Amino acid sequence: MALIVGIDLGTTNSLVAYMAGDGPRVISGTRGQAKVPSIVGLTDNGLLVGDPAKEHLVRDPSRTIYSVKRFMGKSVADVAEELKYFPYALQEKGGVIRIQVGEKTYSPPQVSAMILKELKLRAETYLGEDITKAVITVPAYFNDSQRQATKDAGLIAGLEVLRIINEPTAASLAYGLQKNTQGLVAVYDLGGGTFDISILKLKDGIFEVLATNGNTHLGGDDFDRRLVDAVIRDIDTRHGVKVEDSLELMQTVRLEAEKTKIRLSDEPQAHMAFSLPDGRGTYERTWSRDEFEALIQDLAEQTMTPCRRALSDAGLETGQIDEVVLVGGSTRMPLVRSRVQELFGKTPHCDLNPDEVVALGAAVQAGILAGENKDMLLLDVTPLSLGIETMGNVMSTLIRRNTTIPTSAKEMFTTYVDGQTAVDIHILQGERELVKDNRSLARFQLKVPPLPAAVPRIEVTFLIDANGILNVTASDIRTGESQSVQVKPSYGLTDDEVETMIRESFQFAAEDIQARQVIEARTEADAIIMATEKALKRATDLITTEEIQSIRNAIEELRVANTQEDHRLIRAKLTDVEKVTHHLAEVLMDATLKEALESKKLSEVTD
Amino acid sequence: MSEHTHQPDSGRTRELPMARSMCWHCQSEMSGEYFCGRCVKVQPLSKELDYFTCLNLPRKLNLDEKALEETFYALSRSFHPDYYATKDEGQKAISLGNTALLNTAYRTLKDPMQRAEYLIRLEAGSAKDIRTSPPADLFDEILELQEDLDEFRSLSAEASDDRRQELLEKLQADRLTLEARKAHMEDRLREQFSRWDALPTEAEGDSAVQAQKDAVLTGMQEILSNRTYVKNIVNDLVAATSPTAEPGRSAWH
Repeated sequence: MALIVGIDLGTTNSLVAYMAGDGPRVISGTRGQAKVPSIVGLTDNGLLVGDPAKEHLVRDPSRTIYSVKRFMGKSVADVAEELKYFPYALQEKGGVIRIQVGEKTYSPPQVSAMILKELKLRAETYLGEDITKAVITVPAYFNDSQRQATKDAGLIAGLEVLRIINEPTAASLAYGLQKNTQGLVAVYDLGGGTFDISILKLKDGIFEVLATNGNTHLGGDDFDRRLVDAVIRDIDTRHGVKVEDSLELMQTVRLEAEKTKIRLSDEPQAHMAFSLPDGRGTYERTWSRDEFEALIQDLAEQTMTPCRRALSDAGLETGQIDEVVLVGGSTRMPLVRSRVQELFGKTPHCDLNPDEVVALGAAVQAGILAGENKDMLLLDVTPLSLGIETMGNVMSTLIRRNTTIPTSAKEMFTTYVDGQTAVDIHILQGERELVKDNRSLARFQLKVPPLPAAVPRIEVTFLIDANGILNVTASDIRTGESQSVQVKPSYGLTDDEVETMIRESFQFAAEDIQARQVIEARTEADAIIMATEKALKRATDLITTEEIQSIRNAIEELRVANTQEDHRLIRAKLTDVEKVTHHLAEVLMDATLKEALESKKLSEVTD
Repeated sequence: MSEHTHQPDSGRTRELPMARSMCWHCQSEMSGEYFCGRCVKVQPLSKELDYFTCLNLPRKLNLDEKALEETFYALSRSFHPDYYATKDEGQKAISLGNTALLNTAYRTLKDPMQRAEYLIRLEAGSAKDIRTSPPADLFDEILELQEDLDEFRSLSAEASDDRRQELLEKLQADRLTLEARKAHMEDRLREQFSRWDALPTEAEGDSAVQAQKDAVLTGMQEILSNRTYVKNIVNDLVAATSPTAEPGRSAWH
């Protein structure tokens, strides 16, 4: 049967993995990098995804979309507080965010689909076959709308999403496979935008989730922002420059803050330096780890409450946990590690690469679904209670949080008025008493035959499937007839919208590939032209004039080819440049080596 | 991967009520197996299947938790949708339905209180859900406590006045009293569990045994309804007096 891939669709980075004969394996790109930055550049020349798009963040911020996962299944009001950190404009249609880029708007599932397509293409290139089926991971604490949005993204990307699986549980599958762990395990997963804690019981290949909790708006992005805010204030005080006024500078500050944060995980201090626009000088500052940790102390602390709640829901004390596993890039931060260690009283495990472990676990789950692995079985739970609105704006719970899925609940509905032909039902998710404090998932209308009040009996079944996604069916108990239920999502795309997006996506797919090949070739050509010119300057005395001339000619031809739309021509000219510069490269290499040797000798002498 | 499979052990015959007596796919005759002996397709469990039978346990209240978990894991391996991802739509739907039923059965029987409530519903036929009612001897105390709680909630958290502190201490003491009371009820309930388990399972025609059974069930029902009432108040107290508690409702247990 066709291969199923496992995809970690992350806030900051995404990865694709597959089940090889000897275990799960992450698929790297042509330059060996496993991570695809979750960044999409919608440039005038076409679509860029991943590393090439990252280069566009500062050059073209309003057309380069990052951290789109934070918008999945959300309305504009949900993300109002963080809008100032995003350089692109947001609108809303039908409860769904639309990101404005130039004249067009894109829904978060469409943007996520662009990332998924990139991963699909990467897998197809590597494996040499069409990939149409995937397991995609989501944060365990994602609600129904966010899960549905992820599934929609898969559909738009031309992938059949066989299973949506939770990131911490995926990680536990990868760990369990590797180490054959048994007992009670806590998976602490702090990623780029989300936090999850899952408590599992591992026994003879069964991975039973006992409880899960989290925060879908807490992650590395938030740590960066604390530093961004501090840098913005600092720049204003010392240079009188308002960073917020420039999208480009804002992006530079964001990227520098991220780099500094990462460096501070390994070193006690990190130096930050970048130039300010319009000749306003250079911003320089050394940040110590202590300073940074003071800025983020409360954020790290915020992850503790969900941990305690998950333990309490599992009916466990911290001391009963046998192993603690760290997942997600943000768990590299020493402060996070020490807080986790303090809480559980155990040294956490981080033997597997925290960036890759989720994708590896997704591949393991893909193997289970394909029928290749009958030893392991994941029994996951629904993270949030599901209910319906009842009289007095109160939520009546039908399925409690941390119930093992799939699970179903039945509810009988009748009428209050003679001849009433419809009953409105409002579905909610959350832990609070009042409707307004919970998340509205969807509404639908039950059709009822016109009868005296209280005579009709319509049984509605709410089923949460193994993806954690709700399915609703209804049947008339008197007649035994079932009726189809048209559920209108509160914060999701309708089926028709998804259909349209799938069609559009196919329509543009051919153009996309063409455009993308041209863009990639151009980017590479630009880099080669620049590097060669630089090399020529260094090498004027080392090679002959004729050689210099032939290199200049080749560069010129490449430059001309680069203005045209034919990627094959650009590639051909690129090869020509590489050929004629072969000798130059050798000469330079020798020179560099010689220099290095000489300076070494010099240092030996001076020692 | 090892070779042993947990699925179609079609020779195994279980005394399980299945939804049909014929295989839904090939129409072969069936007698309670999970999988058709001829076409090896998974069969739907009957909607009327009671949770004890589903998990292969006697209708007792002190049950073997290890056996319960083992059966649950084994049946999960038989029915879980993850093992049916490549099967036809019919089998997928049956796998989903069976697993949903199995999960509900396991969740209900795992928790002793839910287990007892379920048994009462099962034995008393179509009886209504158990209502919550305050224990008669605690009626006045609970009334006073509710007034204190309302007053405490009306005082703002910032106000550090003496009255608030006084109420907080009183409510925390009340909470301890009620928790002790709840634990006592659970002890009494466990005594009833043992009484129930000692009665003969087959009581048809024996009116004396039936009367004893009814007495135990009625006794348990009263304790359970009092316990739920006390538990709800304790939850309210926890929510109101400890700032880190989950807002609103608390977990099931």
